[in-house]
Amino acid sequence: MLLIKCPWCGARAETEFSYGGEADIKRPEAPDKLSDKEWADYLFMRKNPRGTHRELWNHSQGCRRWFGAERNTVTYQIADIFTLSEDSG
Amino acid sequence: MRYSALSLVKNAFTHNRNWGEAWRTPDPKKHYDALIVGGGGHGLATAYYLAKEHGMRNIAVLEKNWIGGGNTGRNTTIVRSNYLWTEASLLYEKSMQLWERLSQELNYNVMFSQRGVYNLGHTLQDMRDIERRVHANRLNGIDAKVVTAEEIKESIPHINTSPDARYPILGASLQPRAGVARHDAVAWGFARAADNLGVDIIEQCEVTAINCEGGHVTAVETSRGTIHAEKIGVVVAGNASVLSSMVDLRLPIESHPLQAYVSEPLRPIIDTVIMSNAVHGYISQSDKGELVIGAGIDAYTGYGQRGSFSIIEHTMQAIIELFPIFSRVRMLRLWGGIVDVSPDACPIISKTPIDGLYFNCGWGTGGFKATPGSGWVFAHTIAKDQPHSLNKPFNLQRFETGALIDEHGAAAVAH
Repeated sequence: MLLIKCPWCGARAETEFSYGGEADIKRPEAPDKLSDKEWADYLFMRKNPRGTHRELWNHSQGCRRWFGAERNTVTYQIADIFTLSEDSG
Repeated sequence: MRYSALSLVKNAFTHNRNWGEAWRTPDPKKHYDALIVGGGGHGLATAYYLAKEHGMRNIAVLEKNWIGGGNTGRNTTIVRSNYLWTEASLLYEKSMQLWERLSQELNYNVMFSQRGVYNLGHTLQDMRDIERRVHANRLNGIDAKVVTAEEIKESIPHINTSPDARYPILGASLQPRAGVARHDAVAWGFARAADNLGVDIIEQCEVTAINCEGGHVTAVETSRGTIHAEKIGVVVAGNASVLSSMVDLRLPIESHPLQAYVSEPLRPIIDTVIMSNAVHGYISQSDKGELVIGAGIDAYTGYGQRGSFSIIEHTMQAIIELFPIFSRVRMLRLWGGIVDVSPDACPIISKTPIDGLYFNCGWGTGGFKATPGSGWVFAHTIAKDQPHSLNKPFNLQRFETGALIDEHGAAAVAH
């Protein structure tokens, strides 16, 4: 069970959160101009690293706000929690 | 040496001390015609069919740990082919047909037991989906039928079919030819049979880099030195993205922990396999008497081969909902595997933009049932440098063209 420190509510059990997958994926700025390959990359392709992973979480059973975490996908330790800025996806 | 009743008797007289090893422990050669990265069931099956069907004998399987120690030994051993979409059902049915004669073929008892699989429906929509899937299966020549709650109760007396249940059981699909197999024996059987055909099975050999030259693979760097090969097939389940990142190939894969559980051994009580999407759990009973239980993946990605307690709790809730009689059964062991989940819950068995490099991944939560079929089509793909018609739809390009095979929720899959 992960203990996740919501930036607004503090440390809560994992069951209060929803997982949002890989962070830093930017919505295409010019969707009309994207090739099929670029769309596939945006929609489906993921880094899925073994090690440090920047990812999104939503405190869905709490303040319902999104934030980011830097988590090790092998040890599951969360090294960093960060809030999202305008340009961080 | 062929296993037979006679060999059993002979070895019994010498107190079973003189059995030879089931496969050799060779050192890696400098060069092979083809390498299979990953010594799980799929990789060993691939090597076996490469040697047997395509006459490639100068090949090796590279395994970073011991064979069958990953997902092959960590699943709940369910085998079925009742998928909705034609592409998927034909692929899994090919596998089913290989399962049906696998013990004979490998001269190794994989204990394939066609005890039937029930996929329960708990809502009207569940039942509509089940009827649709059953009809689709039958059109594809796959055995399937819709059974009522009364028929379920007759076959599985301990299941709770009360209409007052929180998630009442309205009916199910039944595939009578589906069942279970002994997963360790599948790995050992394929390893032994491949070894007999001259395949080198090299354990404790981790691939650390894949070398390419002019758009063509040339070799792998491993913990046991450089090994050259013209063709390299990668079939490493949860670690697919780790291998693909070595050649800057992006995959639509996310690796998640998937947990499974066995109870203390009980007298025979369940003689079939029961799965439920709605309450989200599946259960069968092993020959040792343990209840074998599984459910869904952990939501987060992970390579840790363990998951969260909340999933365990949820799984037990689901099983107790179906079988209140098990409320005081104690669980004996639990473990996690790393499953490589693809966006459409279907595998990728494909050539890649790099010549001579092939990937077989994305089986997600349901790869065990496909072990022989996956190996069979992957061997074809590697040997001929083009996919078999069965795995042609399961290419990597489908994520660009949009020709997804959407089995999420369709395939009686309890993800």
